[in-house]
Amino acid sequence: MSLVATLSRAPGDRSGHAVLVAGVLVAVALVTAFLSLAVGPTGFTPLGALRALPGLFSADGAAGRTAEAMIVLDIRLPRTVLGLVVGAALAMSGAVMQGLFRNPLADPGLVGVTAGAGLAAVTVIVLGAGALGAVLGGLAFYALPLAAFAGGLVTTTLLYAIATRQGRTSVATMLLAGIAIAALAGAATGMLIFVSDDQQLRDFTFWTLGSLTGASWEKVWVASAFLVVVVAVLPTLSAGLDALLLGEGEARHLGIPVQLVKRLSVFAVAAAVGASVAVAGPIGFVGIVVPHLLRLVIGPRHAGLLPTSALLGAVLLVGADMVARTIVAPAELPIGIVTAILGAPFFLWLLLRQRSIVDL
Amino acid sequence: MLEADAISVRLAGREVLRDVSLTLVPGEFTVIVGPNGAGKTTLLRALVGDLPPSAGGVRFDGTRLDDWHGRDLARRRAVLSQSQHLAFPFTVHEVIALGLRAGNTGAKNAGAGLIAGVLARVDLVGYEARFYQQLSGGEQQRVQLARVLCQLGPPVLDGAANWLYLDEPTASLDIRHQFQILDLARQHVTAGGGGLAILHDLNLAADYADRLIVVSGGRLAADGPPADVLTGALIEDVFGVDASRVLRA
Repeated sequence: MSLVATLSRAPGDRSGHAVLVAGVLVAVALVTAFLSLAVGPTGFTPLGALRALPGLFSADGAAGRTAEAMIVLDIRLPRTVLGLVVGAALAMSGAVMQGLFRNPLADPGLVGVTAGAGLAAVTVIVLGAGALGAVLGGLAFYALPLAAFAGGLVTTTLLYAIATRQGRTSVATMLLAGIAIAALAGAATGMLIFVSDDQQLRDFTFWTLGSLTGASWEKVWVASAFLVVVVAVLPTLSAGLDALLLGEGEARHLGIPVQLVKRLSVFAVAAAVGASVAVAGPIGFVGIVVPHLLRLVIGPRHAGLLPTSALLGAVLLVGADMVARTIVAPAELPIGIVTAILGAPFFLWLLLRQRSIVDL
Repeated sequence: MLEADAISVRLAGREVLRDVSLTLVPGEFTVIVGPNGAGKTTLLRALVGDLPPSAGGVRFDGTRLDDWHGRDLARRRAVLSQSQHLAFPFTVHEVIALGLRAGNTGAKNAGAGLIAGVLARVDLVGYEARFYQQLSGGEQQRVQLARVLCQLGPPVLDGAANWLYLDEPTASLDIRHQFQILDLARQHVTAGGGGLAILHDLNLAADYADRLIVVSGGRLAADGPPADVLTGALIEDVFGVDASRVLRA
């Protein structure tokens, strides 16, 4: 009955689709997460993963685990959870940004927000070894995501100010300004390479390609903390972002507190990008592919789009990570390569399809 | 009641509206006319609060526009602007629902019936599931009008008039739908609501307006009933054309 009721709303009302899609995606996410626990260089071992999972709740903690259980619970589990969190953050940052900029081509990776966050993170790595580390002490671990967040905040604000005139956003200006900002952040990052030592150089490589390697529970907690902040502002945002798609003036006439919605959106984008960049480096195209696919099915209303984007982003990134760590086993492909191979052609297709919107 | 007290508006350093004072009352359909670049849209945008005046102020029902809470204002008035661009694949139902959530009618009784009813009023019966982006310019404009009508609610609610603002509502419409939209605005005002529109066609303006405001060079050139305002001298003076070529006999 509920299925029929969900789908048989008024003609043109797709809010029921969103509920249904969200339900399916939760199931897919659980299956993908389990597969991710069962897959590794040692082969596909679903039974081993099943045997290991109860150990998570055992009173002895990590002490009495077998080697098989340790691989599943101490290596693959944090990596899988990190993948879910980062994937959700990336997809939501894209969905919010596309709503804020009122066009489907806005993506933190494409328009320099990720580069800005990365620059801030790299600055902390270089300075962190010296003066900053001495001042912050134990807080240094949080300095990285906070710096990435701040970098994302600055770049998103700058970009919005450049691309918007009289309440309308120019897609061409946004893309071109994004190229300039990304180039500037890239140049500054390059400069920092010259003043860094060997250890810092190794950390750098991580930021140029993006990877879930080195996942730890600490990283999971840090990224989750940021994600919780983003999720907390979503209910306030979704109606505002819907109305904002009509234009800033129109949204104001609909009673939307436009300035508040814009500030919260920039904040949410920066927090989501900051979290993902700090723990996984720049991973491109998830933010553009996921919301677009979902809009085709459930429509552009953000109340449905934002949660389903989070779910599909999580599924996609964990899936891509499985490919990244098995396809050239025992070596590992950076996950950014996998998402770029999937995402870049998709972006080109989107660009061709929507050429009239880009107006170039 | 809408009052503008000696408002001036500067855009990019240029004063595009100078010292305009107006008082608009419900039950009187007011139409703004004027040549291109005269400041019609600027005046409308200043009156709805989109452009902050560089001097003077605007009051809506006695309270300065800045002091109104956005949500309260959205329940008392609706604005149809010229922009119709939407970059995302909304259905017609979803576009109109945006107005539903903001307006008087509230989300609770926002059934499909309400949207079907408002679509019938703009002559788009059965368009609920169509994609907005695939409609023609005129159809898109009527969907936006349906959204605005949904937000607007009844002409008078709890003793207070609701206001309808239309910026060139007939721009991309055929003649039948031009009449239809202006009939809707007329009905709203006749039933006690407030109404203000910008029109280009002087004959349409003369037919529908109770009061005509002529804007020229950022100032009010004339203000009054159409029969008094649209004189041959004024048309030649403001529009630079012979009145006999413009007005129907």
